[in-house]
Amino acid sequence: MSAGTYTPRPGAAPLGRMITAQTALETRMLLRNGEQLLLTVIIPTLLLVLFSAVDIVDTGAGESVDFLTPGILALAVMSTAFTGQAIATGFERRYGVLKRLGASPLPRWALMTAKTLAVLVTEVLQVVLLTVIAFALGWSPHGNPFAVMLLLLLGTAAFSGLGLLMAGTLKAEATLAAANLVFLLLLVGGGVVVPLDKFPDAAQSVLGLLPIAALSDGLREVLQHGASMPWGDLGILAVWAVLGLGAAAKFFRWE
Amino acid sequence: MKSESAVQVRGLVKRYGPKTAVDGLDLCVRTGTVTAVLGPNGAGKTTTVETCEGYRRPDAGTVRVLGLDPVADAEKLRPRIGVMLQSGGVYSGARADEMLRHMAKLHAHPLDVDALIERLGLGSCGRTAYRRLSGGQQQRLALAMAVVGRPELVFLDEPTAGLDPQARRSTWDLVRELRSDGVSVVLTTHFMDEAEELADDVAVIDAGKVIAQGSPETLCRGGAENTLRFTGPPGLDIGSLLKALPDGTEAAEILPGAYRISGDVNPELLATVTSWCAQHGVMPSGISVERHTLEDVFLELTGKELRA
Repeated sequence: MSAGTYTPRPGAAPLGRMITAQTALETRMLLRNGEQLLLTVIIPTLLLVLFSAVDIVDTGAGESVDFLTPGILALAVMSTAFTGQAIATGFERRYGVLKRLGASPLPRWALMTAKTLAVLVTEVLQVVLLTVIAFALGWSPHGNPFAVMLLLLLGTAAFSGLGLLMAGTLKAEATLAAANLVFLLLLVGGGVVVPLDKFPDAAQSVLGLLPIAALSDGLREVLQHGASMPWGDLGILAVWAVLGLGAAAKFFRWE
Repeated sequence: MKSESAVQVRGLVKRYGPKTAVDGLDLCVRTGTVTAVLGPNGAGKTTTVETCEGYRRPDAGTVRVLGLDPVADAEKLRPRIGVMLQSGGVYSGARADEMLRHMAKLHAHPLDVDALIERLGLGSCGRTAYRRLSGGQQQRLALAMAVVGRPELVFLDEPTAGLDPQARRSTWDLVRELRSDGVSVVLTTHFMDEAEELADDVAVIDAGKVIAQGSPETLCRGGAENTLRFTGPPGLDIGSLLKALPDGTEAAEILPGAYRISGDVNPELLATVTSWCAQHGVMPSGISVERHTLEDVFLELTGKELRA
């Protein structure tokens, strides 16, 4: 490198280019991480195939794949927007990645936008993969695609808020443990593979308010039973989204 | 509008709970120069630099960086500065070239990434993830990330900590190239030789205050003087020797036959001493000149070792 190489010529790249670059990097980091892939791809796929093929849980009337697919789609959203995002962001905070990017030309809101876009890109890949597998297993969905989109988006917002709240307030190791534990608990108790009506009445009414239960129930209402717009579940998700994102915005610490 | 000083800090106070990390600190960095902030661990170096970078809000005092307030004008300032954190700052799964290319994309007119990778010897990192790079490779990547956006001013927080001597030299060369191309550099260090080698100005800080500031030469001259020692026959006529030496120079026989001369030790003084010896038929042996270092300055100012 010759004289004049470092002559100052500062300047931020155009916002669009920064957000595109950041989204691409965040997505690559998500897809490259083995533990993340276990959560976001392998576990949902295995559960879908296993529970459809073998009668482990009584899923009520009709084909079990019709009951399972909406729940597994909800699980996929949770695994990426909540568990994966919480763990990744927790360690980025711990290793000073968020801090270093904070001194770059990329504004914080643009970083959060890129993170959200990376989550959405990953979810699209998950939904495509799981849908193909479900069709192969004989899935026959019904309902309004717009309602499905709305449920997935609101679910993503709700889970992102909770995931970022955890990542931005707890230690990285605590986030890792808690995010995995919550994933497991909600997988079992959130109506993903086990219908909520298998639980006692008192438990059902509480569990039904969980974001994972609202998302899987809402998706089931539409995709399995052909409902046009499951307002109750959308309402629960919206409340979680407002509370989670609001708390994350207030309490998130960048270092 | 070009400001004379790249960084202007006045009366900076920063507390963490009951602990005062920075306690009324003043610092001025002239545009286009290298300034070393020198002090032991816990002196307040990183807090000072991170306040300039906009990470910390001062509890009192004013901070201006390139004429801007680092907190209020953050969006305007950030594209113009380069930051090397003391550690971390990279996705654990990212490769060195991938991260550097990414940082380049966030800037309008970045350096040629391939040339920079070669310049800093990062080509050997290949497809290795950041978390598996050696400490030295991680340091060099952080340095590359600080300069890739062609900033006007770079902050390097302990840029050579943990580097082997060769990598350290290479980092020093890069800092010199930055300065000769007109980039202002602020670096923190607890290595005296680094400050002496690189800095136009040194700010010696201890317990959150600047206790001395100036060029390395001025600082070294400002404290106790340099020393010349020699051995000869005991009982030489010190009074006659003193007459031959310039005013303000001291001479003493500290042990029988061991002589110490303190003052502005320069070639003329050395010649005066040896010619005085020749006139008196004395063969001096073990002549040594001890240059006063920043290490001595620090010891004198604070009464403690820098690396303690």
